[in-house]
Amino acid sequence: MRYVDEFRDQDLARGLAAAIAAAVEPDREYRLMEFCGGHTHAVFRHGIPDLMPSNLRFLHGPGCPVCVLPMARLDQAIRLALEHPVTLCTYGDLLRVPATGGQTLFKAKAAGADVRLIYSTQDALALARRDPDRQVVFLAIGFETTTPPTAVAIETARAEGLANFSVLCNHVLTPPALRAILASQDSGGLRIDGILGPSHVSTLIGSEAYRFVPDEFGLPIVIAGFEPLDVMHATLMLVDQINRGPVRVDNQYRRAVTASGNAKALALMAEVFTRRAAFEWRGLGVLPDSALAIAEPYADFDAERCFAVRVAPGREVKGCDCASVLRGVKTPTDCRLFGRVCTPDNPLGACMVSSEGACAAYWSYGRFRGAGATGQVA
Amino acid sequence: MIKLLTRKPKPMCLAIPAQIIAIEADGRSATVALGGIHKAVSLALIEDAVVGDYVLLHVGYALSKISAEEAERTLALMVEAGLFETAPAAPDAR
Repeated sequence: MRYVDEFRDQDLARGLAAAIAAAVEPDREYRLMEFCGGHTHAVFRHGIPDLMPSNLRFLHGPGCPVCVLPMARLDQAIRLALEHPVTLCTYGDLLRVPATGGQTLFKAKAAGADVRLIYSTQDALALARRDPDRQVVFLAIGFETTTPPTAVAIETARAEGLANFSVLCNHVLTPPALRAILASQDSGGLRIDGILGPSHVSTLIGSEAYRFVPDEFGLPIVIAGFEPLDVMHATLMLVDQINRGPVRVDNQYRRAVTASGNAKALALMAEVFTRRAAFEWRGLGVLPDSALAIAEPYADFDAERCFAVRVAPGREVKGCDCASVLRGVKTPTDCRLFGRVCTPDNPLGACMVSSEGACAAYWSYGRFRGAGATGQVA
Repeated sequence: MIKLLTRKPKPMCLAIPAQIIAIEADGRSATVALGGIHKAVSLALIEDAVVGDYVLLHVGYALSKISAEEAERTLALMVEAGLFETAPAAPDAR
């Protein structure tokens, strides 16, 4: 496929690997955090750690929307599906994520709840149009990439007068989470030398949204595409910034990311959503201004206001290190549950379920390589 | 079956490049080609799309256009960076 194959070219990869090996200073450590789960998977799927010099390693960030969703929010969705006569639809990632007591949306479906897997918010609208007497709730989750499609759905529902459609909104924002990670570096026992910035989130919010990384934290950031050559090229650009400075926001993914982002989508998001004063993230705690709720003019489409569901604080699984893995403080193989009781077939933590989770990446691509990215034996 | 479907879901922030092959009369939706598959997608989030454009496709929506010139430029930069160290990779570099 065009724009995929050429960014997986072997010869170019060898060239970039050699360039990175030549660029790193031998007495220096390079700890690069990829914020996005999509990058974590690209790194492992294509074996990039094996091509890197030993003093360069990748730390995995919290950019996996399913993983950072606190259990209480998932409990809320499950209770909504079980206790109200609604059709609850959501993206596939979320159906197997364990909530409190090992409950999942799949188990709720087995218990009689009407839970549907959809590909697009357009599918949710189609369900609502088909059966006007049935309440259809879209369980919305995701970073800025996935938010505009939810906004389009809400806007469309209002335009069409679809009174039986609503959204349970769990959309979260990238910059506040990145800021929280960087601010917690010292206390959290973590040191980061540079950031690989998200690919597709950045097509929406633009590269300028990350200016605080060099300005407030003095760290380099390079927006990187999701293909293996993009990751390697961005790594080389980061090494160069770390060695020589000045630290700045660089954009490797110029074919899709501009400085200011997608104005049309951002305007729509601003119209339909409002910032929550605070939102709880798994692993990062309660962060101010870090998530979106549905704005007042669209309150009729807000499932949180339409359906009363009370939930107790979620109970995390004992021994599960998801919270530390999400902050980059631990690698999946540090977790006692990893690969023993927690596997993709029987996931105990969200990081093992999601196709963007770091634990799933280690399991799928790295569990026999022994070293992982850390030099430890699994 | 359900398990098979959800075993490897598409990562949530991962969009894939697809080429627009037809645009509906209302301009709000299009058909894209994606490795031999044709799919209807919404154009509600982008502007000025024309047939032939490559777009990033995510959960049924075109999120942004892909710039052919910038893609070429990035590949050229990668070739240049790699040449710095390795001679053998050069001859058929694109």
